[in-house]
Amino acid sequence: MPWMDVMADMALAPWLVILPLAGALLAGLWPAAARWWGLLTGLLTLPMALLLALQVHAHGPMVLYLGGWVPPLGIALVADGLASLMLLMTAGVGLAISLYALGYLTGETGGRWFWILWLWLWAAMNALYLSGDVFNLYVTLELVVLASVALVALAGGAAPLVAAMRYLLVSLLGSMAYLMGVALLYGSYGVLDLQGLGAQVALSAAPMLAAALMTVGLMAKSALFPLHVWLPPAHGSAPAPVSAALSALVVKVSFYLMLRLWLTVFPALPLPGLDMLMGALAMGAVLWGGLMALRASRLKQVVAYSTVAQVGYLFLLFPFLRAFPDGWKAVVFFAVAHGVAKAAVFLAAGTLQRAAGHDRLADLGAVMRGRLKTSFALGIAGASLVGLPFTGGFIAKWLLVQTALEAGLWIWVLMVLGGGLLAGAYVFRLLGPAFQPGPADPGQPLPAVMEWVPLALALLTIGLGFAGTPVLSLLTRTLTGGGG
Amino acid sequence: MTVDVISPQIYLLCGVLLFVLGLHALVVRRHLLLKILAVNIMGSGVFMLLLGVAARGEGGIDPVPHALVITGIVVAVSATAVALVLMLKVKAATGLARLPLSGPED
Repeated sequence: MPWMDVMADMALAPWLVILPLAGALLAGLWPAAARWWGLLTGLLTLPMALLLALQVHAHGPMVLYLGGWVPPLGIALVADGLASLMLLMTAGVGLAISLYALGYLTGETGGRWFWILWLWLWAAMNALYLSGDVFNLYVTLELVVLASVALVALAGGAAPLVAAMRYLLVSLLGSMAYLMGVALLYGSYGVLDLQGLGAQVALSAAPMLAAALMTVGLMAKSALFPLHVWLPPAHGSAPAPVSAALSALVVKVSFYLMLRLWLTVFPALPLPGLDMLMGALAMGAVLWGGLMALRASRLKQVVAYSTVAQVGYLFLLFPFLRAFPDGWKAVVFFAVAHGVAKAAVFLAAGTLQRAAGHDRLADLGAVMRGRLKTSFALGIAGASLVGLPFTGGFIAKWLLVQTALEAGLWIWVLMVLGGGLLAGAYVFRLLGPAFQPGPADPGQPLPAVMEWVPLALALLTIGLGFAGTPVLSLLTRTLTGGGG
Repeated sequence: MTVDVISPQIYLLCGVLLFVLGLHALVVRRHLLLKILAVNIMGSGVFMLLLGVAARGEGGIDPVPHALVITGIVVAVSATAVALVLMLKVKAATGLARLPLSGPED
C-alpha cells in the first residue's frame, strides 16, 4: 500500500507523546475550549496509534534517537509489538473516555482540571510505553502517578482526598524501590537501556537485589494482593471517567513495566520460588478480590474489587514465563481484554450512578430497567470479565488455560476457571437488580453520549473476541532479551 | 591512596542506610509530613548511591549518574509539591494530617 510507505518515512512515535502533551497545554491555556482540545487529541491519537501498530506489524520494531543523540545521554524511543499494542489500547479506551467525559463533565468547575490532567496522564502513559531505558521508564512512571493522584483528588471531599494521599504514598514507595533498582543496575553494568542490560545481566547479588526491589515496587503500584488496599477507595471514589482511566489503563502501566523488565532485562535470573510466590499471590488476589466484590454494597466498589481480582490473572505472567517462553502473550491479551471491558463497566456504572443520584446496588433496579442501553453494556462487558464465549475475555481466558495446559500447570487452570465462577457471581450480582420486577425509571436526564460510549466499548469487547490472531501476530514483533 | 578507594564505598553504604531509614520512617510514622520527608530521604539515599557509583569509575568521574540525579531531583521536587498540597487538603477536609487508621475494607 503506497500510503503506508509514505507514512513509514514519518516518525510516528514522537507524535503519540507530542499530541496529548500539546492538548494538555492548550487545554490549560484556553480553558473555555478544554473539552474540545481533549476530543481533538483523542481523535488524532487513535489513528496515529493504529498506523504505528500497522507499521510495526509490517516492518518490525522501530528505534528512534531523539535529536540524533544516542544513549546513554540521548533518549531513544522504542516501538515494538508489545509497546504498539499497549499504545493502541490506550488510544482506543482513551478516546472513549474523552467522549464520555464530554457528557459527564458538563457545567462542572472541575472539568477544566480534568482535561489538563487526563491529557497529561495520556502523554505520560504513551511516553512510558515508548521508553527504551530503565531511567526514562522511572521518570514517565512518576508522571503517570502524579497525574493519576491529582485525578483521584479532583472529586474533592474527605474520602477521595484520603484515597489519593494513600495512593500517592504507596506509589512513591514503589517508585523509590524501582529507582534503587535502577541505581543498582547502573552501578553493576554502566548501561541503562533495556537491551544493553539484558545482554549483560548475569547471576549475582546486585541484579538479584535490583530485580527484587523493582518487582516489589511495581507489585505495590499494580495493586497485587496483599498490596491492594489503596486501590478500591481510589478507584471507587473517583469521578467515572477517572475510575475508568485508572482501572483500565493505569493499572496496566506498572504491569507492562514489570513484563518488560522480566522479558528483556532479567530473563537470565532464576529467582527460586518467585513463580510459585507470584502465582500464590495471584490466586490470593483472584479469591480475595472476588469475595470482596461479592460483599461490597456499592456498584463502583464492586467494580473496583473486580479490578483487584483481575490484576491477579496478570501475575500468572511469572509461572508462565518460567514454564513457557511465549506464555506472556496470553497474559498481555488478557490485559487488553480487561482494559476494554473494565472501562465499559466503570463508564456504565457512572451513567447509572448519575441517573439514580447514588450507586447503592440494592436501590438501582428501577434505573437499570429504565436505562436499558447502559444495563446491556454492563451485561456484555461483565460477560467479558467473566470470560463468557463471544467476548474478548473468553479468548483471553482460553489462551491462559491453553498456556497453562501446554506447560502442564494444572493448578493455574483451576484458578482461571474458579476465578471465572467468582466473577460470574459478582457480575450477576451487579445485574441482579435489573431483573427484579418493578417500575422502570430512567432517572435524571443525561446526555446521550453517556449511554452510547459504554455500549460502544462493550461491543468492542465482542470485537476483541475475534482479534486473537492479529494481536498475537503483532506481539511476535516484540523485542525480548533473547536477542530477538 | 586508601582514602580514594574507601570514600566511594562509604557513599554507597550511606546511600543504602538512608534508603532503609527512610523506608522505616515511611512505614512507622503516622504524620503525613513525616511520611513525605521519609520518601525524600529514601530518594536522597538513592541519589547518594548514584553519586558513589559515578565516583567509582577509573577514567575520571562518570557524568551519566549526575544527569540521573539532577533529573531525579526535579522529579522528587514535583512529587513532594503534589504530596504537600494533598496533605494540606487532607488536613482541611478531615482535620488531621494523617491517614485514618481503620483500613478501607470495612
